[in-house]
Amino acid sequence: MSDLNRLTIAAALEGLKKRSFSAVELTQAHLSAMEKMRHLNAYVTETPDLALEQAKAADARYAAGTARALDGIPLAIKEMFCTKDVKTTACSKILSNFVPPYESTVTQKLLDAGAVFLGKTNQDEFAMGGSSTTSAFGPPVNPWRRTDAPDVNLVPGGSSGGSSAAVAAFTAMGATGTDTGGSIRQPASYCGITGIKPTYGRCSRWGIIAFASSLDQAGVFARTVQDCALQLEVISGHDPKDSTSADRPVPAFSSALSGDMKGLKVGIPREYRVDGMPAEIESVWQKGIEWAKAAGAEIVEISLPHTKYAVPTYYIIAPAEASSNLARYDGMRYGVRVPGENLKDTYSKSRGAGFGAEVKRRIMIGTYVLSAGYYDAYYIQAQKVRRLIADDFAKAYTQCDVLLAPTAPSGAFAIGENEDDPVKMYLNDVFTIPASLAGLPGMSVPVGLDSHGLPLGLQIIGRPWDEATVMRVAHALEHAAAFRTLPAEVRDAA
Amino acid sequence: MSTFDLATVKKVQTLACLDLTPAEQERLVGQLSNILHFVEQLGEVDTKGVAPLANVSEITLKLRADEVTDGGYQAAVLANAPEEMEGFFVVPKVVE
Repeated sequence: MSDLNRLTIAAALEGLKKRSFSAVELTQAHLSAMEKMRHLNAYVTETPDLALEQAKAADARYAAGTARALDGIPLAIKEMFCTKDVKTTACSKILSNFVPPYESTVTQKLLDAGAVFLGKTNQDEFAMGGSSTTSAFGPPVNPWRRTDAPDVNLVPGGSSGGSSAAVAAFTAMGATGTDTGGSIRQPASYCGITGIKPTYGRCSRWGIIAFASSLDQAGVFARTVQDCALQLEVISGHDPKDSTSADRPVPAFSSALSGDMKGLKVGIPREYRVDGMPAEIESVWQKGIEWAKAAGAEIVEISLPHTKYAVPTYYIIAPAEASSNLARYDGMRYGVRVPGENLKDTYSKSRGAGFGAEVKRRIMIGTYVLSAGYYDAYYIQAQKVRRLIADDFAKAYTQCDVLLAPTAPSGAFAIGENEDDPVKMYLNDVFTIPASLAGLPGMSVPVGLDSHGLPLGLQIIGRPWDEATVMRVAHALEHAAAFRTLPAEVRDAA
Repeated sequence: MSTFDLATVKKVQTLACLDLTPAEQERLVGQLSNILHFVEQLGEVDTKGVAPLANVSEITLKLRADEVTDGGYQAAVLANAPEEMEGFFVVPKVVE
């Protein structure tokens, strides 16, 4: 019974349908696992009573034969999603006392499908970061450890590090995340699991705390591509409350997993071969290319000429949008209020006390590039370069169906590393940012280990709205890679 | 080539309504200068005739029917208020 948390979502659904075990037992297995793994700090709020209530309701539906798509499946929810009556803070002090009176559309869809919510997961403050170390609640820890330095705590990646760590440590079967510049794909790669950011507009952003509105997208983590597909099917779809959500039918993603790549053209972007890229990243990339060929794909070398401008473009646009989105945190209607001498002083004191260093940095850069005299040279220029980057992809997709690249330029790094150098931290997003700027679907699949024994992922980037092909390719690579290694924390706990 | 000196930090923090300690201001001079220097390479891209991209998925904004479909939950709206009274948010004086 205590191994129930080791199942995949697909296997758990089978078992629940057959009544081999109950939803309550499945949830209890997760609650005990969460207790054992509490030192990873993956969860910032645990909701065991809510979870058991939801599990009981799921069991009743299985007994009555009215079970829903994800009935009884225990999931972790990133702190960025407003969950009704459950504290939601974006891992910021400024929202430390915020309890949403409403449910985000994405989490409502999961609830409507019968999912069980185990709790809210840790993340970088306001999703700003690539390590989850900017969380106001202390960093989550990667369940993987370096074979040559097992005492060093590693980052699970960011910003959705808590969700990624929870799934990798078997303390959730799946999890929601948000991805603005790589915040699902990169942590998935660092934690040896799968993660997908769908096309911008595929899922509703209503009820997700906004960071950068033209980039933010909800997505999911799981330990298999099939499990990602099962979750993505549920959370996708048009929402009249989000004017940027697409009014398009949602394909049955889990039926697209044919196991092969026959007839597909896989593009290899030459500019992603960056200077100083570690040999082991190049080596897993080559392996991926071989696997794709073996699965029936044709390999095409393509060029994305504006690749090197993607990270600087992002670090103008995202902070600019963030400075606008975070203007609402003024201590007036919700969140922390620090009284000042007058209205403006109250705004400034509340924000000064409530926001962390990275958030302040981004608000400052964002405000600057939007200010009079700089708007054209920075923000408008960045939007123009963004169009050039998006056009590069559109041209590439006349020659191929998907792109294959590494997800991150390395395996997980140590907590505390890179913290003194924001730009160095930003460059970890070099492979994930371009797809975000172009609004394209991207998925990371774990394919191997680096020389420290840490997971490395490959990224599949697709055409707009073509998550089905992205997942089909990811599924074939997953099969070829046969990545079965368990993180040290999980092996040692067994 | 722009600089992010202390005067700029102070000007931007006023625009952003952000209280910063002198130590934070000092640190930001260095960090924001580095970030600015990093993003300035975009200046070398020829963007003549290129339209700025704001709408990445080419979705046209829908207009909904002009009907009342929401509202009527004052208590929920005020639930997280730092200070509320008789159904209103209480804030520092706005007009002098």
